[in-house]
Amino acid sequence: MDFPILSVILLSPILGALISVFIPKEESKIVKSVAGITTFISLALTVIVYYLYYTQHLATGGMQFTEFIPWVSDLNVNYSLGVDGFSLPMLLLTNIIGFNAVFSRSWSVEKRGKEYYILLLILITGVMGTFVARDLFIFFLFYEVVVIPIYIMVIIWGSGSKTKAVTKEYAGMKLTIFLLIGSAFLLAAMIWMYMEAKGLRGGAATFDIAELAMVKFSERFQIIAFGMMAFGFTTLLSMFPFHSWSPDGYAGAPTSVSMIHAGVLKKIGGYGLIRVGLFVLPMGAIAWAPVIAILAVANVVYAALICLAQKDMKYVVGYSSVSHMGFVLIGVATLNLIGLNGAVANMFAHGVMSALFFSMVGYIYAATKSRYIPDLGGLAHQMPVAATGFVIAALASAGLPGLVSFVPEFTTFIGAFKTSSQLIHVLAIIALTGVVLGAVYVLRMVANVLFGPRKEEWDHVKDIHGSYWIPVVSLIFIIVLFGVFPSLLMDMVNSGIEPIAAKFIQAATQIGGNI
Amino acid sequence: MDANYSLMAIEIATALLAIGVLIIGLLVPKEQRYGLGYLVTIGLTGIFFLTFAFYGTNTKLFGGMYIVDDFSIFFKQIFLAAGILVTLAATLYVKKIGANYGEFFVMMVFATLGMMVLSSAGDFITLYLGLETMTITFYILAGFKKGDSKSAEAGVKYLILGAMSSAVLLYGLSLIYGMTGTVIVQDVAALITAGGGMQPALIVGLVFLVAGFGFKISAVPFQMWSPDVYEGAPTPVTAFLAVGSKAAAFAALIRFFLIAFPDYQAEWKVLFAALAALTIIVGNLVAIPQTNIKRMLAYSSIAQAGYIMTGVVAADAAGIKGVAFYLMLYVFATVGAFTVVMNFSSNTGSDEIKDYAGLAQRSPLMAAVLLVCLLSMAGIPPLAGFAGKIFLFSSIVSQGYLWLVIVGLVMSMASVYYYLSVAKVMYMADPTDNTPIVVPVGAKATLLLTMGITVFLGVYPEPLSVLATIASKALFMIN
Repeated sequence: MDFPILSVILLSPILGALISVFIPKEESKIVKSVAGITTFISLALTVIVYYLYYTQHLATGGMQFTEFIPWVSDLNVNYSLGVDGFSLPMLLLTNIIGFNAVFSRSWSVEKRGKEYYILLLILITGVMGTFVARDLFIFFLFYEVVVIPIYIMVIIWGSGSKTKAVTKEYAGMKLTIFLLIGSAFLLAAMIWMYMEAKGLRGGAATFDIAELAMVKFSERFQIIAFGMMAFGFTTLLSMFPFHSWSPDGYAGAPTSVSMIHAGVLKKIGGYGLIRVGLFVLPMGAIAWAPVIAILAVANVVYAALICLAQKDMKYVVGYSSVSHMGFVLIGVATLNLIGLNGAVANMFAHGVMSALFFSMVGYIYAATKSRYIPDLGGLAHQMPVAATGFVIAALASAGLPGLVSFVPEFTTFIGAFKTSSQLIHVLAIIALTGVVLGAVYVLRMVANVLFGPRKEEWDHVKDIHGSYWIPVVSLIFIIVLFGVFPSLLMDMVNSGIEPIAAKFIQAATQIGGNI
Repeated sequence: MDANYSLMAIEIATALLAIGVLIIGLLVPKEQRYGLGYLVTIGLTGIFFLTFAFYGTNTKLFGGMYIVDDFSIFFKQIFLAAGILVTLAATLYVKKIGANYGEFFVMMVFATLGMMVLSSAGDFITLYLGLETMTITFYILAGFKKGDSKSAEAGVKYLILGAMSSAVLLYGLSLIYGMTGTVIVQDVAALITAGGGMQPALIVGLVFLVAGFGFKISAVPFQMWSPDVYEGAPTPVTAFLAVGSKAAAFAALIRFFLIAFPDYQAEWKVLFAALAALTIIVGNLVAIPQTNIKRMLAYSSIAQAGYIMTGVVAADAAGIKGVAFYLMLYVFATVGAFTVVMNFSSNTGSDEIKDYAGLAQRSPLMAAVLLVCLLSMAGIPPLAGFAGKIFLFSSIVSQGYLWLVIVGLVMSMASVYYYLSVAKVMYMADPTDNTPIVVPVGAKATLLLTMGITVFLGVYPEPLSVLATIASKALFMIN
């Protein structure tokens, strides 16, 4: 491909941020339009790439639209981009959410709006970069770039909670420190892997993920390195017991940050775990899979139970996202093609649905100035459009057939029962209760917030209007589209996961076990 | 014995600059001396460009007493870069001190000269000469604010503790001389082997050397002086002390341990690894509760010394390259941060972190520079510190020091906590006093340069990485 389309996708929001720097700060409306236009360009180009890949490259698979520029020669770091069936859904997800995040209503963004949109654009670029990087160094670089803007956004535009003694400063710092400590282990494992590979390849250093995957690391190395990486990635994915930053962080963050964080940033954890952990260190993954599976079930059930007790809307959605990540981790722990497909598709589904959820919660919070469930009620009378979005997000969260998350969850469980491990079968059965609990807590919130008698005090609030329509319409469209035509997603994911799943059959024969 | 003095042109030019400025300062009337600072900056910049001509020289002078190699040239560039940036930024601050304007800058140049000699030292005598030239000028500079009791305290404290550490170092050197009969660093290794290996007296000497150098680089447990001195000394001096003195001590330390004791690496590597881990942990943890920004930066600079020591632990070309690379970018991050502190205190008279409230609104440039510099020290990409840490830690990871890498990385992420606390105050809180803070031209240039270079080296580390590789290879080549 001669036209560097991935670079253009990456650069468009950065360009928007640069333009915004020169717009006077009183004109935050113009800044918002710039952010909207540049993220739309990225989104449109991503859709084109997705379409082209789906129609032309699906059979062959592998990395397409590649770009390669040598960067730091003595470390052999290269600006090396490319997408395959695994990264493309993630890239698409990032762009859908990024674009919609710009138009989602948030509490108090009117104050210092220009800085807000600049940081948001940097954040979106960072997340996109991780999904298109073929070089581990570049992957890590983009990932770390996003942490600091999130911190600044939470402490300036975030909000504290009424039900818990959590200030936005606390939430922001907790989130930042958790992610950074996790990434310290990740970085240590990455450097170690780099040097180990250099030794095994006879001094030829590389950060290229595909090349690292061909290196025959010793089993002992794989187990230790995978443990370190898994710690880093699963912290980001909010695996129990490293999840506690996530509900606090989402509750504290402004709407669009919650959307991006829960929707895609978290998925970097899952993406990295599969792309780097499973693909490069399969023997390590086999050793750690039971641990991950057990903790994953703890995620599903424990977080779902906590959800039942929450009175703050943002905490409900926050804990529900922790619970949903448990399904992703169960899919990862199956280590087979079907389970991994389910895990990846689940990440996509949860991304779209949690973005809609946070967008609606954020809208209601900004309109009513309350997110405390007992204060609210009967809002469907005053804001029918927001209520519709809310209900659809809730139904998708509960895994209703015909919406985006049904097929992925179903696939995950099929994958789990396909494994030969008794442990995973038992765990999967326990996790199924999480599906039921999931329906209980979302429907309860829907009932308490939207339905019930009309409350006079909310008569003054305005329903979705102006550009706030964009997230509602486009996210519902995506949820239904991929729900009705799941093959649009599943075929794509399958082509990306196949080479990774193949590594396991190979690795399992090497260590003499079966999976 | 050759005596090609043109090879010492850098040192000679620096000495001439110092003496020249001293004399001009005497000739010009008092109220017109404010140009002297810029004169020094221009002079140092000239010398900085001169240094590039010396790459590839790699010779010994005076029978090995003085070494001009790419390693020492690289370090001279570190000192000069620090000197240029600090003198450029310091004019307003020094003017506020009131007295002896010209002499301040002269002292800075002399300190630079001492560092240069230290980095080129090939024997014990030259080493001590360079060390004392550097530290004696710093004793004076630290106590430069005559009326200020904290500054006086800093000067005296540095004098007493510095003299003690020099004594320890000197005693260690004398033991090694006594056992080997030579003062030339690169003859030591062969003579130890010939003399029947590591004698107990030599081990004591080695330990004394570690203690003496440990003081200069402010490694734990020899770090006690640095927060007090950093806090009390005039801020430009603190910046120069934190950067230059530390880099010079590292240059000498590397040359001594790698060249004189290569056969006993196993012993001193463990020692340095333990010291590095301790320094990283203590420096970062103690930095957290600090309320004075200069003390906070002092502890953070202790932690930085710990990261840099990991490169010494590696004790090979890759590790030394990491040290060289990291020290250079450490110059920009540290001088940038201290320039903000300097300019803030000359405008408001405060060094307390809580007074930085709303700095982002009072001076967006200063807030941005401080944030970038602090995050670079924490090693957050895409800033230079990230690349530096990759170089440092990748050098030791495959030598069995994975634990040290994990300690280093976890603590550097924990350090984000206190760095971001400053960011929080600057960006979130509303200012109590809304008057914008004026940044003078010189300081503005320093701020823009430090921020620009920190970002540039993070995004594209290639040029510096190439230079650092040349420097590290030269160290092993000359023998």
